[in-house]
Amino acid sequence: MTSLLQVDNLVKNFGGLTAVSNVSMHLDNNELVALIGPNGAGKTTLFNLLTGVIPVSSGSIVLKGDDGTFALNGKPAYRIAKLGLSRTFQNIRLFKNLSVLDNVLIAMTSRSKEGFIASIFRLPSYYKTEKQLVEEATKLLTIFELEDDMDVLAKNLPYGTQRRLEIVRALATKPQILFLDEPAAGMNPEETANLTQLILKVQHRFHITVLLIEHDMSLVMNLAERIYVLDHGSLLAEGTPDEIKANHKVIKAYLGEGE
Amino acid sequence: MKTNFKYNIIWFIIMVAGFYLMNTLILVGVINTFIENMLVTIGINIILATGLNLIIGFAGQFSLGHAGFMAIGAYATAIITQTATTPVGFYLSVFAGIVVSIIAALIVGIPTLRLRGDYLAIATMGAAEIIRIIINNMKITGGAAGIFNIPQLASWPTVYIMVCVTTIIIVNFIHSRGGRAVTSVREDEIAAEAMGINIFKWKLAAFVLGAATAAVAGSLHASFLQTISPNDFGIMESISILIIVVLGGVGSITGTFVAAIVLGVLDTVLQDFGALRMVIYAVALVLIMIFKPSGILGTWEFSIKRIFNRFKRKERVEQ
Ligand SMILES: Nc1ncnc2c1ncn2[C@@H]1O[C@H](COP(=O)(O)OP(=O)(O)OP(=O)(O)O)[C@@H](O)[C@H]1O
Ligand SMILES: [Mg+2]
Repeated sequence: MTSLLQVDNLVKNFGGLTAVSNVSMHLDNNELVALIGPNGAGKTTLFNLLTGVIPVSSGSIVLKGDDGTFALNGKPAYRIAKLGLSRTFQNIRLFKNLSVLDNVLIAMTSRSKEGFIASIFRLPSYYKTEKQLVEEATKLLTIFELEDDMDVLAKNLPYGTQRRLEIVRALATKPQILFLDEPAAGMNPEETANLTQLILKVQHRFHITVLLIEHDMSLVMNLAERIYVLDHGSLLAEGTPDEIKANHKVIKAYLGEGE
Repeated sequence: MKTNFKYNIIWFIIMVAGFYLMNTLILVGVINTFIENMLVTIGINIILATGLNLIIGFAGQFSLGHAGFMAIGAYATAIITQTATTPVGFYLSVFAGIVVSIIAALIVGIPTLRLRGDYLAIATMGAAEIIRIIINNMKITGGAAGIFNIPQLASWPTVYIMVCVTTIIIVNFIHSRGGRAVTSVREDEIAAEAMGINIFKWKLAAFVLGAATAAVAGSLHASFLQTISPNDFGIMESISILIIVVLGGVGSITGTFVAAIVLGVLDTVLQDFGALRMVIYAVALVLIMIFKPSGILGTWEFSIKRIFNRFKRKERVEQ
C-alpha cells in the first residue's frame, strides 16, 4: 500500500470498445518496470490515462510522492506533470520548429520562478533565472551527448536523436516517474544498445521510477525488474522476466497474435 | 550579463538614433505632413500587427477580432481626453483603454480560447462585432456618428515611442519563460501539457497581452486622426491587420515591421491610382502568397546578437 503509484480497477471505454479493462498495478520507488503486450493491447491508452492526456472512465490512480498523496484521476495533464509524472510519446511529439535547447527549456517552465514583469523589463533577476535555466538544460543535454546540437531545430535531428531528446525533455520536468512509450522503435541494434545503457543511467542517476512500453523483447528482458503484460485491455500477467518468459498465457497471447 | 547589457544598449542607441534622424528630417522639411501621416499610420499598424502576431504566430491562436480591442483604446482616449485635454489626460486614457481591453480580452478569451482553429476565428470575429455594436448603441460614444474634435495629443514622436515600448514588451515576452510556453502551445498542445504547461493560461496570457497593445494603438489612432466612428473598427480593419501579419511572416516580428512599412508606403504611393489601387494591392498580396506562402520573412528574426556572434566566429577562423 505504500507504492509510489497505485492504480486500481482502471477502465477506459472508447464508445463500445473497452481499451483498458479493470487494470490494477503499482510502481515502487526507483523501479524499472516494463509494460508489454501485442499491438492494440491498450498500452499507450494506459499511459494516456496515467498521465492525464485522456480522462479515465472509472478507477483510481494515486500518487504517494515526495510532496504527499494525490489522486491523479480527473486532474488535467499539466497538473499531473507538475506532480512528477513525465513521459515520451510513441509517435514523437517534440516541438519540431524549436531548437533542441528550447525544447528542454520549455519543460522547465513550470519549475522556473521567472516573473512576468522581470522578463518584460529585463530586470537583473530575468538574466539570472535565464542563465540558471540554460545552465541546467545544458547539463542535461551534455549527459545525453546532445550539447553540440543545442541550436539545431528538433525536426532536423535524426530519428534516433529525436527519441533521445524526448527523454531529455521529459527529464527536464524533474519527474518522479518517467513513462517511455516504445523508446527503441525505429532504432537500429546499435542505437538500441546505447538506449538501454542510457535508460539504466537515467534511472540510477536521477533516482526515478521508469515504466517502459517496448516490443523489443531482448531490451525488455535485459532491463526490466518487473513486467506487466497487457492483452485486449486486461492484465494477463505480472512478474519477473523469468516468470513472464515461462508464463503459458503470455506465450499463447503472443503466438496467438502471430508475433 | 555584461554582453546582454551590450545588446540592450545597441538597441537603445538604434531607437534613439532613429528618433533623432526622423525628427531632423521633419525639421528640415524632407518629411512633410503627408509623409508624417504615413509614418504615423505605419507605426499604429506595427503596434497592432505585432500584438496580433503574438497571438497568431507565437501562440498559434487564430484571432480575427483585433479591431475590437483597438476600438476600446480609441474610445477610451476620445472620451477621456475631451474633458482632460492634457498630455497627462492622454496617458491616463491610454491606461484606461488598456485596463478595459484586458477585461474584455478575459471575457472574450476565457470561453473562446478553448475552441480550435476556425471556430476560434469566428468566435473572436463575433466578439469584436459585439464590441462594435455596443459602442454603436451607447450615448457616451456618440453612437453611429462617432466622436469628432478629439484633441490631438499624440503626434509622430508619441507614436514612435509607443511603437518602441510595445515592441520591446512583446519581444521580451517572447524571449522569456512565458514566450517559450506560448510557443510550445502552438507547436504541440498535448506535448506542452504533458510537460507541465497550463496551455489555457498561456493562450489567455498571449491573447490579453495582444489585446492590451491593440488598445494602445487605438488610443494613438483616435488622438492623431481626431475623428472616430464604430465603422473604423469593423471586420475589414481586423483583416487588414491580419494581412500585415501574414504578409510579413506568421511568427516573425521583423517581418511584421517590414510588411507594415511596405504596405504603408505602397498604400500612400498608390493613392493617386484611385480604384486601381485596391487591384494592385490585391494582386501584390496574391503574388506573395503564391510564391512565398510563409510571408516575406517566414519566421526569420533580425538579431544583433547573431550578427555579433558571426563576426566573432569569423575572427576566430581568421586567427
Ligand atoms: N482515441 C481513441 N479513440 C478510439 N479508440 C482508440 C483511441 N485510442 C486508442 N484506441 C483503440 O484502443 C485500442 C488500444 O490502443 P493502444 O494505442 O493503446 O494500443 P497499444 O497497446 O499502444 O498498441 P501498439 O503496440 O500498436 O502501440 C486500439 O484498438 C485502438 O484502436
Ligand atoms: Mg502504443
